[in-house]
Amino acid sequence: MIRFSVNGERIETDVAADTPLLWFLRDNLQMTGTKYGCGMALCGACTVHINGEPSRSCSTPLSAVSGKRVTTIEDISTTPIGKKVQAAWLSEDVVQCGYCQSGQIMSAIALLTKVKSPSDVQIDDAMAGNICRCGTYNRVRAAIKVAASGVDAKPMAPAKTPTAKAKA
Amino acid sequence: MKQLFENAAIPMKRRQFLKASAAATGGLVIGFQLPGGNKMAQAQAAPAPNMTPNAFLRIARDGSVTVLVKHLEFGQGVMTSLPMLVAEELDCDWSKVRSELAPAAPQFAHTMFGMQITGGSSSVANSWTQMRTVGAAARMMLISAGAAKWKVDVAKCRTNSGFVIGPAGQKESFGTLADAANALTVPTNVKLKEAKDFKVIGKPTRRIDAPAKVNGSAIFGLDVTAKQVPNLHTAVVLHPPIFGAKVKSLEASKVNGVPGVTHVIQTANGVAVVAKNFWAAKKGRDLLVVDWDLGPGSKANTVDLRKSYHELAQKTGVIAKAGSVESLKTAAKTVTAEYEVPFLAHAPMEPLNCTVSVKADSCEIWVGSQFQTVDQGAAAKVAGLKPEQVKLNTMIAGGGFGRRANPTSDYVIEAVEIAREAKVPVKTVWTREDDIKGGYYRPMYVHRVNAGLDAAGKIVAWDHTVVGQSIIAGTAFEPMMVKDGIDATSVEGVADTPYDIPNLQASLHTTKTGVPVLWWRSVGHTHTAFVMETMMDDLAKEAGKDPVAFRREHLGKHPRVANVLALAADKAGWGTTLPKGVARGVAVHESYGTVCAQVVEVSLDKGKIKVERVVAAIDCGVAVNPLTISAQVESAIAFGMSAALYGQVTLKDGVVEQSNFHDYQVLRIADMPKVEVHVMSSTAAPSGVGEPGTPPIAPAISNALFALTGKRLRELPFKV
Repeated sequence: MIRFSVNGERIETDVAADTPLLWFLRDNLQMTGTKYGCGMALCGACTVHINGEPSRSCSTPLSAVSGKRVTTIEDISTTPIGKKVQAAWLSEDVVQCGYCQSGQIMSAIALLTKVKSPSDVQIDDAMAGNICRCGTYNRVRAAIKVAASGVDAKPMAPAKTPTAKAKA
Repeated sequence: MKQLFENAAIPMKRRQFLKASAAATGGLVIGFQLPGGNKMAQAQAAPAPNMTPNAFLRIARDGSVTVLVKHLEFGQGVMTSLPMLVAEELDCDWSKVRSELAPAAPQFAHTMFGMQITGGSSSVANSWTQMRTVGAAARMMLISAGAAKWKVDVAKCRTNSGFVIGPAGQKESFGTLADAANALTVPTNVKLKEAKDFKVIGKPTRRIDAPAKVNGSAIFGLDVTAKQVPNLHTAVVLHPPIFGAKVKSLEASKVNGVPGVTHVIQTANGVAVVAKNFWAAKKGRDLLVVDWDLGPGSKANTVDLRKSYHELAQKTGVIAKAGSVESLKTAAKTVTAEYEVPFLAHAPMEPLNCTVSVKADSCEIWVGSQFQTVDQGAAAKVAGLKPEQVKLNTMIAGGGFGRRANPTSDYVIEAVEIAREAKVPVKTVWTREDDIKGGYYRPMYVHRVNAGLDAAGKIVAWDHTVVGQSIIAGTAFEPMMVKDGIDATSVEGVADTPYDIPNLQASLHTTKTGVPVLWWRSVGHTHTAFVMETMMDDLAKEAGKDPVAFRREHLGKHPRVANVLALAADKAGWGTTLPKGVARGVAVHESYGTVCAQVVEVSLDKGKIKVERVVAAIDCGVAVNPLTISAQVESAIAFGMSAALYGQVTLKDGVVEQSNFHDYQVLRIADMPKVEVHVMSSTAAPSGVGEPGTPPIAPAISNALFALTGKRLRELPFKV
């Protein structure tokens, strides 16, 4: 029997101890917000927090989370930083296909929990393990800065996009 | 896939497109009147579970407006841009607009193809007239319903943001009028707004699908669980070690010992292990012992292919574009060069998957497919049913880039086959290794170009030979897109170059390797733009001219291309001084009816290429959602940079040598340059946006590196 918590709920399970946390969340708890991307901790789509630390759930066996607190994307809006990051993600219109974004957001929240106002290098380091094939990286960076600024993101604020006329 | 349009019965050149789209609106109105009656305004919340929605639009009593999006949403933003087209004419309250992906059904066919597909960067372009007409027709019906209620002249009523307003100030919401409007006949001739009156189109609009994608609630194909499909099992498939090999014998005794495993099923292309969950299926799959018959399989070796492709490139192939290249012999200067690009995997973040439930007289599928009705038909064959007995639910997809548009429907029919045999609902899950090793790659190509300049530095002749596999040959698209032995996608971007080249000959050697190939974001343009735009740079150098000026001299007949180039150059400060160790490169390319130019600034950091900044200009006709356009150009640049810097699938004795993101690397955040996107103001009908940003980036980087180091890189990925 392995005991731990997911988003504050107590879990007791006799599922095989080598089962990766990712697949326990997805298949047993049917919590599908945490994504499978590579299975080797290479892409970050499966990022969750274990005792507050960003962790790749695809490569974390259940045996390793015994007695620990797991937090997933589904519950992250309950924290002030989580709320800010999600709002910033909307205001910056970050997502495209959206598949990697649960992991991006979990990594961003972990960064902002430790570093209030991260530099570009700190952002790049913290987000280095999260691949986005849509290439939303610049908007990820911008959203982290918006969230860090402390200003409440305004989802409906007019967005800026350059429109230009050709020179004759 | 631009060529697909051009070879199809209805040409897709810009001006003709408007006419073709207008003609297609007839089909749209029929869409309202399919069996089930005129249900434009759906009074009740949801249709019965097995009923196919028969309209593009539902207006509920609460005033919510739901647009059924006939294309796949896989990042490009159709769940926002198509509703914007409807909303422009409907005059509804944007905050009440919802978006749903349409299931596979004939009324959701692409207006140019007659099949329900997403590709060729054509989702907005082919919906432009159709979706606005849907909105306009619904608005007229709502006005008629209001006028009838108040017993006033229809012509004296108007709408304002979700309300019909009468001549004496009467006011009713769309929701209140929906039932009455639903009883009316759909008007067949509606007048669409002029561009100057647009209120929604052209306004930077945030994505409708974003909130569900930032809190984990969005359900992708892979997220279908027993919640949606009771008793759902998971299958993981062992595919052959080389393409085309067959199972000789199978030893599965160890697999049966894995708790949770329920079935081991031999399929047309491997062996499936079905289990109660993914982990059991994967463990079981890894314990299979299969003796393969490698006889019929591909033994392709990248090393040998390179050699044979370069040999073939020395000879003229099948003529795709005839031209007299005799003048090369007397040209003042010539440049001859060979180029090479590798096989590439699409590697969308969401690995391939497909959920299927097969019953005696029906089949239901949940899949993020770019080819809904194609896959529906293929699934029907495997299930032994008629297409209309197959219900295909379109799920949002975590990227695709062409991989989910397979004429062979490989991953869909495999899932149907397994579910049919297992007699339980099954979700197939491809691991990342299955994806990278699974074939359907962007083909490997070699090009050879011999081009000449006259004494004034103008191009006099251009002899261009392409060597590589056909994406289209052997598929249902062949009659449409392969003519006289020329797969149009192999030479697009060369044979139809906008550059003024008096004697252009383009020829093609179509090879066979046994490695399955497929379109990959911007298809032929992925390699032709690289060759054309680096060659233009070399020629500019030979002519002693500035690369931008040299291109413009050869764009006299294509002012639109020249203007986009000029805009990018202007915004990038072309010609101004850069810090030491940084150099600029430029490229411009037209694809999918759109022109995109990019100026990059590149440096070298301890031998590693660093793209510092990209300034892009794009002319894609009317900019429907500028926020999406800039996002898609950023995205296309990142995608092209992955290929330019890292992407490479190689084979040894038929075995793919890469397997996951450690040896098939893609762009990460630290590599991402600053990107500025400048959208050209235009009133022309919209053209492609998802792909045209990819072709220019690799040549622009090569050109910048040439300016920086004097060394010309003609192979992808770059090795400095």
